[in-house]
Order: sequence, then structure tokens, then C-alpha cells
Amino acid sequence: MRRSNVRSVKADASTTPRLRDGVRAAVPLAPGPFLFGLSFGILAESAGLGAAAAVVMSATTFAGAAQFAAVSVLDSGGTVAAAIMAAVFLNARYVAISLTVASIFPGGRIRRLAESQLIVDESWALSGRSGRFEWPILAGAGLLLYVLWVGSTTLGTVVGDVLGDPNALGLDAAFAALFLALAVPYLRERKAVQAAVLAAAITFVLIPIAPAGVPIVAAATACLLGLKR
Amino acid sequence: MRDAWIVVAVVGAITLVFKAAGPVFLGRRQLPAGVQSVVDLIAPVMLIALVVTQTLGGDKEIAVDARVPGVAVAAVAIWKGAPIVAAMAIAAVVTALVRLVA
Repeated sequence: MRRSNVRSVKADASTTPRLRDGVRAAVPLAPGPFLFGLSFGILAESAGLGAAAAVVMSATTFAGAAQFAAVSVLDSGGTVAAAIMAAVFLNARYVAISLTVASIFPGGRIRRLAESQLIVDESWALSGRSGRFEWPILAGAGLLLYVLWVGSTTLGTVVGDVLGDPNALGLDAAFAALFLALAVPYLRERKAVQAAVLAAAITFVLIPIAPAGVPIVAAATACLLGLKR
Repeated sequence: MRDAWIVVAVVGAITLVFKAAGPVFLGRRQLPAGVQSVVDLIAPVMLIALVVTQTLGGDKEIAVDARVPGVAVAAVAIWKGAPIVAAMAIAAVVTALVRLVA
């Protein structure tokens, strides 16, 4: 990247990281978002979302788990409301995450609004590595992840068109594994394990009796365990 | 198709507001402790619920099929520290093989 491309970093270069440091910090993570984006494109295509909607969703929502959740609910025959609620519940954590980095965004409201969209789990985690949150790292990492995510989703919709029935390839099980792998880091605390077990039980009981999508939304009530001391 | 666009638009708009909550709307405020502890549980709860529907969800029934061995083997791999993409590949391959044989 050329020096002229990092013009927005005004602070003292000797101590403050630059935008390109953020891009560089995210490079080791690149294969993950690339392959997720690819699989999101494939799943969305097979779920009948349509290529354009899949790419627009990656460009506007830019949050993997919620996008997979919404498409997974729609794919299983769930309603629009259930798909929206599943995704919105999952993304509610961004309220908490964005509050932790509220003060690092420079510029006016419009610029902050635009750049806050670069907040994703990975860019946020990278930006706090030095012990305090740093905007150039968040923005640089977020930019790289954004380009990867939207690009690989686009590629996935093309590949998905060619693949045919993705369930014959075991893609449905692959997404279950994805959700499980994303959940595991949260399960270090006892309360999270209890809530997850309760959520699994609610989902299991409701699958045979409730319309598709409803079990997942109902399982969200397990979060209320957080109020228990 | 129209349904898909409604989901894309609504989820996109709400997520935009969520991500801007700190930097644009609320500033450095902190969530009340009770709200924070509920929010902390959202990710594990929703993700595990999705694991259950994605593994066992059938047409209004619990369906135990080729997905179960695939996810089970992937779970062991995750537990052993396998990267996410490897876990996904393992689940897909095992499930596809079981379907091929069955």
C-alpha cells in the first residue's frame, strides 16, 4: 500500500499505528473470512436468497454469524420475522462491542457512522491487542475483512450456481459445525454453558411442535439467565 | 425472493444502528450491568440453538440423519483445537460419505 493511501492517519507516526498496520494485522486471519464468505454465497444461493441479495447482505450487514442464521432460518422454511429476529438477536452484541470503542473514532457524525460499520468481531479484537483500542488497527483490519467478505460472497454465489445440491456435499452439516465452532470460545464461563444447554433444550423441544424459525427465537429467552446472580 | 430482500434490508438497517451505537449515538456510556450480562449470553445461546436446528431440524420433527455423525466428528475436532474451516470440512465430508453409503 502506498503512503498516499493512509492520508487519514494524522497522528504521530512514530508511536501511533497506521491504517496499513491494521490491514497487515488482519492478513493472518484472511483465510477464515474468505472461506466463510464463500460458503455464505453458496448457502445463500442454494437457499434461494438470490445472488444479488446475498452480496448486498454481505455489504450492508457485514456480520457472518447473523447472516448465516438468517439464511439458515429462511432455508428451513422459517418466516421473514423469525429470520430477522434470529439475526438481530445475534447482532445485539454489537451494541456492547461498539460502546467499548465509542471514543476512538475521529471526525464528524457521518464519518463515524460510516467507519463504525467496519466493526466486526475480528477487527474489534485486533484493535484492542495493545491493551487500549486503536482506531487505525480497527479501520485497517475492518477494511481488509470487508473487501474479503463481500468479494468471497460474490464468488460463492457463482460457485454455488455450479455446485447443484449443496446438501449432497454435506454443507448442511458444515454449517452446524461452523455455528458450534463459533460458540465454543464463549463457553468458558459456567453461566454461558448453562444458558447454552437451556437454549439447546428449548430448541429441541420446540422443533417438532413450532413452525420453523420459532425454536431459535424462543431459545433466545435463555439469555435471561444472565439476570440470575 | 421478496421475502429475502425484506430480511436483507431490515437486518442491514438494524445492524447499522447497532454498530454505530457507541461511536455515533450513545458515546462512552455503559450498559446497565443487568443488560450487559444478558447481552453477553446472546452469542453462545443463539449459536447453540442454531447447532441444534441445523443438526437435528427436520420437517417439523427431530430428524437423526447423516448430519449427526458429521457434526459429532467435527465437534471432537473442535474440541481438539481444529480451526473452524477444518471442522466445517470434516463435517461436510463425513456427512457426504454417510449419504453416499446409505
